[in-house]
Amino acid sequence: MTAAASPSYASGSTRITPEIALEARWFPEDPQFEQQFDGVQAGVIFSGDLRWRSDDRASRVRVEPYLRLDSQDSQRSYFDIREASWTHRRGDWELLAGVGQVFWGVAESRNVVDIINQFDSVEDFDQEEKLGQPMLRLGRRFDRGSLEAYYLPYFREQRLPGESGRLRVDPVVETGNPDFERDGDEWAGDLALRYALTMGRFDIGLHGFHGTSREALFVPDLEEERFTTLYQERSQIGIDAQYTHGPWLLKAEAVAADVSGDRFLSSVYGFEYTFFGVTGSSTDIGVIVEHLYDDRDSVKSPITLFQDDLFLGLRVTPNDAQDTELLAGGFVDTETSAVIASIEFTRRIASSMLFEAELRYFNDSDGPLVAFFEDDSNILFRLTHYF
Amino acid sequence: MTLADRLGRETVRELQIDTLEKQGKGNGDRAMTRFFSPPDVEGTALLSHARILESDDQWLYLPALRRVKRISSSNKSGPFVGSEFAFEDLTANELGKYAYTYLGTETLEDGTEVDKVLCEPLYERSGYTKLHCYFDTEIYQSRKVEFFDRGGLLFKTLELTDYREYPGGYWRPHRQTMTNHLTGKTTVLNSEPYDFSVDLNRRDFEPAALDAF
Repeated sequence: MTAAASPSYASGSTRITPEIALEARWFPEDPQFEQQFDGVQAGVIFSGDLRWRSDDRASRVRVEPYLRLDSQDSQRSYFDIREASWTHRRGDWELLAGVGQVFWGVAESRNVVDIINQFDSVEDFDQEEKLGQPMLRLGRRFDRGSLEAYYLPYFREQRLPGESGRLRVDPVVETGNPDFERDGDEWAGDLALRYALTMGRFDIGLHGFHGTSREALFVPDLEEERFTTLYQERSQIGIDAQYTHGPWLLKAEAVAADVSGDRFLSSVYGFEYTFFGVTGSSTDIGVIVEHLYDDRDSVKSPITLFQDDLFLGLRVTPNDAQDTELLAGGFVDTETSAVIASIEFTRRIASSMLFEAELRYFNDSDGPLVAFFEDDSNILFRLTHYF
Repeated sequence: MTLADRLGRETVRELQIDTLEKQGKGNGDRAMTRFFSPPDVEGTALLSHARILESDDQWLYLPALRRVKRISSSNKSGPFVGSEFAFEDLTANELGKYAYTYLGTETLEDGTEVDKVLCEPLYERSGYTKLHCYFDTEIYQSRKVEFFDRGGLLFKTLELTDYREYPGGYWRPHRQTMTNHLTGKTTVLNSEPYDFSVDLNRRDFEPAALDAF
């Protein structure tokens, strides 16, 4: 015997929310490599969401186009369909077709289980932005969780900064003409399966994946003084789990993978503890500690920063009407003492205007990747207007 | 939901709450809250599986990342999305939440006759030491609630107005005004007409349903 109540607001509806963002990213230090630009990188982003839901809630459509224009790096001016999906539900079954985005994982610093989408590495190297992935997804809900099967027919190549861009390796990576291990092309198709369930204080996800690795292997092309990319065959199984009790969130993600015959383990585990209502105010402060591990042979693998690293983070949430949030965090490589630190600040400054600021710091070190970025500490300001 | 600060500056949040109410006593109410505005939080959703004397189970959906995140909800006294409502103010009025003492019958300013009841929270980490609850003697609904903080000070008042009766004898308020006497801030929750008996089941109140916007 149940009674369901809801206001009739927005049933069977279309909602369109376009947005324009202006941003400026300033690199105070001189560039490390010759062709890289010096100073400020300006950008404008045209984006937005279209959402439609049928009256009976059985069908949904979501479309999100994304266009970025960049003042310094032509590789960073691009268009992408972040999402263009149709979802239909019948009883406990759900089918999604089109271009979509999927998030798997529980950790804050890096999600080793998150494999469906290609990361948009030209936006940022922090693996938060993703390229839209063409997919067919069939889902089935059960009392104790849900099962999802994926067919991913087309592979999305990584998008990387161009020769004039900052935050790149040297020599530059040539994109647009990658090599593939499987069938030699991007139509080889990937398969994935995931079961997610909640049991009391535990949230658990189990998955398997077979297809093409999202990570590119950079292959030196000595004649052209460039790197080309190779995408290898990859199979993996993985688990992500979170235990939630009181102010504690305990988290773990682990993947056992085989990439072109090379087997390795990749994991992240740690905790988030929240101090609620600090000093009698409504401000919450969360402390995040995570350990990242990856036992890949560094000679045969893509450049991996996270072989044995510690992540420390601090999240400050005043719980105000402007939804202000401050997130500070840093990776420390325990072997090379490379450091990547960032501070992100977000606040709504008018009813349809969002302000973001982001500071990134790289120390001088011999660590892989950070050595390329050591002069690329930067500060970013972004203003987004919604219509 | 309209949030106003002491100077009258407003933030408007449009949201839709689907609830699955369990009959009788005990745990089991489930609520899915979806946000439509401000536009930067459009698509955000919060799922709560209520528990009366313990922390609820809560999951948050972040639409930009497509991420479902189980969150800590041990702080029921914390503010709900920057408003003057605490999470514990918005959960269903389960009988088992409080110990009750009848204090007398009074008349409110608008002439409504009410029973004044002392409500003492049984949840250990409640933000309140006590509540004064005023129940309409005619329709038996809550008309006003006064909240006393841990220092015993009256710091918030909730007024519930525009009650309408739905088929089956269900009364619902369509305007709830929370005033914080310490900060001068107010939050007004205006409701559209309620829809009852919507075709939803338990599976619409699972984490997997959070992105169904």
